[in-house]
Amino acid sequence: MQEEEKQYETVIGLEVHVELSTKTKIFCGCSTRFGAPPNTQTCPVCTGMPGTLPVLNRQVVEYALALGLALHCEVNRYCRFDRKNYFYPDNPQNYQISQLYLPVCYNGEIEIALAGEREEKENSALPEAAGTGRKKKIRIHELHMEEDAGKLVHEENGDSSLVDYNRSGVPLIEIVSEPDMRNAEEAVAYLEKLCMLCRYLGISDGKLQEGSLRADVNLSVRKAGCRTLGTRTEMKNLNSFRAVSRAVAEERRRQIALLEEGKKVIQETRRWDDAKGVSYSIRSKEDAEDYRYFPEPDVPPVVISEKWTEEIRGRLPEFREEKEARYQKEFGLSAYDAGVLTQSKHLAELFEETAVLCGKPKKAANWFMGELLRLLKEKGMEPEKLMFSPKHLADLITAAEQGKINQANAQKVFAEIVERDVEPLSYMKEQRLESLSDEGMLRLAAEEVLAGNPGLVAEFHAGKEKVFGFFVGQIMKKTRGMADPGKVNALLRQLLMRGE
Amino acid sequence: MQMDDTIIERMEFLAKLSLSSAERERAGKEIEKILSYVEKLNELDTDGVEPLVHILPEVNVFREDTVTNEDGRAMALSQAPLQREGQYVVPKTV
Amino acid sequence: MELLRMQAEELSGRIKRGELTVWEAVNFYRERAALAEPETGAFLSFPEEDALKRRADEVQEGIKSGRYQGRLAGVPVAVKDNICTKGLRTSCASKMLENFVPAYDATVVERMQAAGMIVLGKTNLDEFAMGSTTETSALARTKNPWNGRHVPGGSSGGSCAAVAAGEVPLALGTDTGGSIRKPAAYCGVTGFKPTYGRVSRYGMIAYASSLDQVGPVGRTVSDCAALYEIIAGNDPRDAVTSKKEVHIPWAELSGAPEAVERLKGMRIGVPKEYLGEGTQEEVRKAVGETAVLLARNGASVEEISLPLTEYVISAYYIIACAEAGSNLARFDGVKYGYRAKEAEGLQEMYRRSRSDGFGKEVKRRILLGSFVLSAGYYDAYYLKALKVKRLIKEEFDRVFASFDCLLTPAASETAPEFGTSLPDPLQMYLSDIDTAGVNLAGLPAISIPCGFGRNGLPLGIQFIGNRFCEETLFCVARAYEELRGALPAVWDKEDERRECSAGRRKAV
Repeated sequence: MQEEEKQYETVIGLEVHVELSTKTKIFCGCSTRFGAPPNTQTCPVCTGMPGTLPVLNRQVVEYALALGLALHCEVNRYCRFDRKNYFYPDNPQNYQISQLYLPVCYNGEIEIALAGEREEKENSALPEAAGTGRKKKIRIHELHMEEDAGKLVHEENGDSSLVDYNRSGVPLIEIVSEPDMRNAEEAVAYLEKLCMLCRYLGISDGKLQEGSLRADVNLSVRKAGCRTLGTRTEMKNLNSFRAVSRAVAEERRRQIALLEEGKKVIQETRRWDDAKGVSYSIRSKEDAEDYRYFPEPDVPPVVISEKWTEEIRGRLPEFREEKEARYQKEFGLSAYDAGVLTQSKHLAELFEETAVLCGKPKKAANWFMGELLRLLKEKGMEPEKLMFSPKHLADLITAAEQGKINQANAQKVFAEIVERDVEPLSYMKEQRLESLSDEGMLRLAAEEVLAGNPGLVAEFHAGKEKVFGFFVGQIMKKTRGMADPGKVNALLRQLLMRGE
Repeated sequence: MQMDDTIIERMEFLAKLSLSSAERERAGKEIEKILSYVEKLNELDTDGVEPLVHILPEVNVFREDTVTNEDGRAMALSQAPLQREGQYVVPKTV
Repeated sequence: MELLRMQAEELSGRIKRGELTVWEAVNFYRERAALAEPETGAFLSFPEEDALKRRADEVQEGIKSGRYQGRLAGVPVAVKDNICTKGLRTSCASKMLENFVPAYDATVVERMQAAGMIVLGKTNLDEFAMGSTTETSALARTKNPWNGRHVPGGSSGGSCAAVAAGEVPLALGTDTGGSIRKPAAYCGVTGFKPTYGRVSRYGMIAYASSLDQVGPVGRTVSDCAALYEIIAGNDPRDAVTSKKEVHIPWAELSGAPEAVERLKGMRIGVPKEYLGEGTQEEVRKAVGETAVLLARNGASVEEISLPLTEYVISAYYIIACAEAGSNLARFDGVKYGYRAKEAEGLQEMYRRSRSDGFGKEVKRRILLGSFVLSAGYYDAYYLKALKVKRLIKEEFDRVFASFDCLLTPAASETAPEFGTSLPDPLQMYLSDIDTAGVNLAGLPAISIPCGFGRNGLPLGIQFIGNRFCEETLFCVARAYEELRGALPAVWDKEDERRECSAGRRKAV
């Protein structure tokens, strides 16, 4: 980093659109399912046919409220929709029903966790960043409900675009943060946190890559210590955390370069090209639209009572941080393990149930952290897709604990449970994977091995510990791998000592 | 309120209309006349008056989140001036 | 001619009793309309004869099987052409929708179908209901059946003219600032604008969403009430429709003495602001005579004041145009309607399609609407208008705390001649003074013929009720109708003419 760049502070605010996973659109009974052929999930309402009217989906309000409460927002007791007027073909009415004047929630905050030592050092000269530590609060300006637009596909060779309204009217929540972030790491942490909240709430897939969560970055720079904000730009088309991170760095660099050359930053909307690593202007303030917002006359206001709010609050799930803390306290897990297991709400729930059922949380955690994560990685599978019943896994863990199956075989059964949710005990029996628990059989095998190798027994007694492993191997071979290695060890030592 | 060409042109841009210069001049005059009439409202003191949007007290009118509509493509495109591959056709937007 | 003189309800009665088939009734009006149309020009389109016949037969069956038993089963009805009819062109009298055929019925149309009514045709209007004379229609000219040099009023001019000319017994209109009541007055028919939220707007092509309301046009109060009963009531597809039960005072509507009895003790206010300078002397006189008539029959009639009346037009046009600009944005040449050919690029396609597709008055209101919502002007115009709307509503509320209904003119004058209204838009807007306040306050109001001016054109008075008090309004209106006595219809004039010419022939 050049010397002059260090004197600048980056100021970042985010506007995030979350696509809700309701069954139907916000104002009509059309399905929101992905992947349908163009315009098949449409009706007169969401294609803007003359005379049609919107009717609000209750679930959208409840999802918005839930997210608002999770973000510690205040709730507008009387909230209303407004029309945002602009012409564009992806918007069939040429206005979007949104909320400007009385959004559903406002004035919230969330705490983000920051790992980066490096980032802190980088900004340590700056007043706000000093003493940031590992946590930081990001204030939420507001959160509102609105409808999504359709999709435009541009013909490769031709002068037309094609319009598909399947996404037109899919519910969105827009979350507007205050300009509280100071670097890419904070922006990414904020986004990750939002994704996590949405997934925990079950209100959205919350995936940046798939567009179910979209982030616009408002960024400006100012000389360190300066109190006023610089002119900001709005960056669009950020489809991954990496893109956010790179775009922040590049936009910071671009703005500082402009200022250092004595030029001005222009307030404009820019589009990020991740392949090229640059952004370009798509709209300046001068030719900006005048949206002529006004209250939507066709949708009656939404009055949110204390009772309704409390109902929604009561239904909020245990969030990741709470789970993490509880896993450490209740189950004695390490902070690291608790963190990994709670990355996905689904994974955490599977773990928790398994832990409770087998009564051995640490063992369960070991299975999840080791074998399960390895399998997921191997298959390239998301934890959300896991379908097994915790009871099966718990039974397997118990069996392994009781020595009914050895580790190697238990792993095989485990893979089968993950793959197709087999019932472990009958599967073990069927596949003859149970350990030889018959003490007599095991003893017989051991005695045979020792009797057949007197020379080696002598070597062992002479202090050559190495041959012990050979005996174990032989016994395992004799029992076709079904003996519990722990038991074999113990028995072998017993027999060898006796023979001394 | 004086309606010069710049304002009318801006409104044309926002409303996606194009007037000829003669039409613009006439529209400007008429709108100016109408606006100067409606400015009569300024005679009324409305400080502290809450704007009234919805005349009825009805609130919280919802639908439940159940799919009620089937494939609407044929309906959607039945009146389209131009269509291709089940989609509306517009001049290229990029 | 006997059929023609029948009230809609009576017509239905005859059909239900088997004295007349549905097709006979429908065909009677169809043929009458075919004869009258070259002169009146009330209709923009008719269903194919085959389709109409099939529908008539279907209704006939339904009446036989008992599926259609209501008061208006078998009755033909005309529908204003800004109300969607499945498979039947719905044009809003605009080049923009000249070829638009909806794939859905408006809720009101569905309900009329379910009551066994037959849509006889679609009627002319001011383009997108924006106008007070039906002259802004881009597709047809509708003449006042009483005198072809005069306008029928608007915007529901086609519906009112069709009923007045006896081309149909009943029709649907829409009323945003007086669009049912003014043409009803000009044409000498009865027109009713329900409380905002009583009748579903689903499928009615919006002009100003917070003010629009569908309502009936007929020859009598009771016919209007019968049609209102069919179309009114909550609709899950229009979120602003009220869940309040609709109740029609049938005892009073069908029995003249009962109706007049209801007048006793009724408190009726006559706001003096509605009888000011701009009001024709004979209109003022008609209102005065009505007041006297009602008072003589037991009502307590009092002059009152609604000082905010002079602000009604300002608030109304700001709000209506703001909403109109937004509502009409969807007409862009992409999904339906007119699209300019060979336009270069998206912007050009939008602007050419809309500039060619919309007429002058529509464009003026869209521009005005855009302006009052634009950055820097929103507070001064739009927000100010919303505040005044509240003041106006509260003023009406105060009056209705001590009055059951109000009596005013339905229009300040008789129907003007063609070509006299459009040249001065502001003057035309100001002519809505008697009716627009009702829309701002969401009130129900009924326009009833009360006689004729010196020029032989009809005069109309208006009763205004409190929100959801349609019942009172129907009672007062029915009582007045009874006390007023029968008025000649257009076809009486036809009869006269026919007799004259017959006499002349004899003399020759």
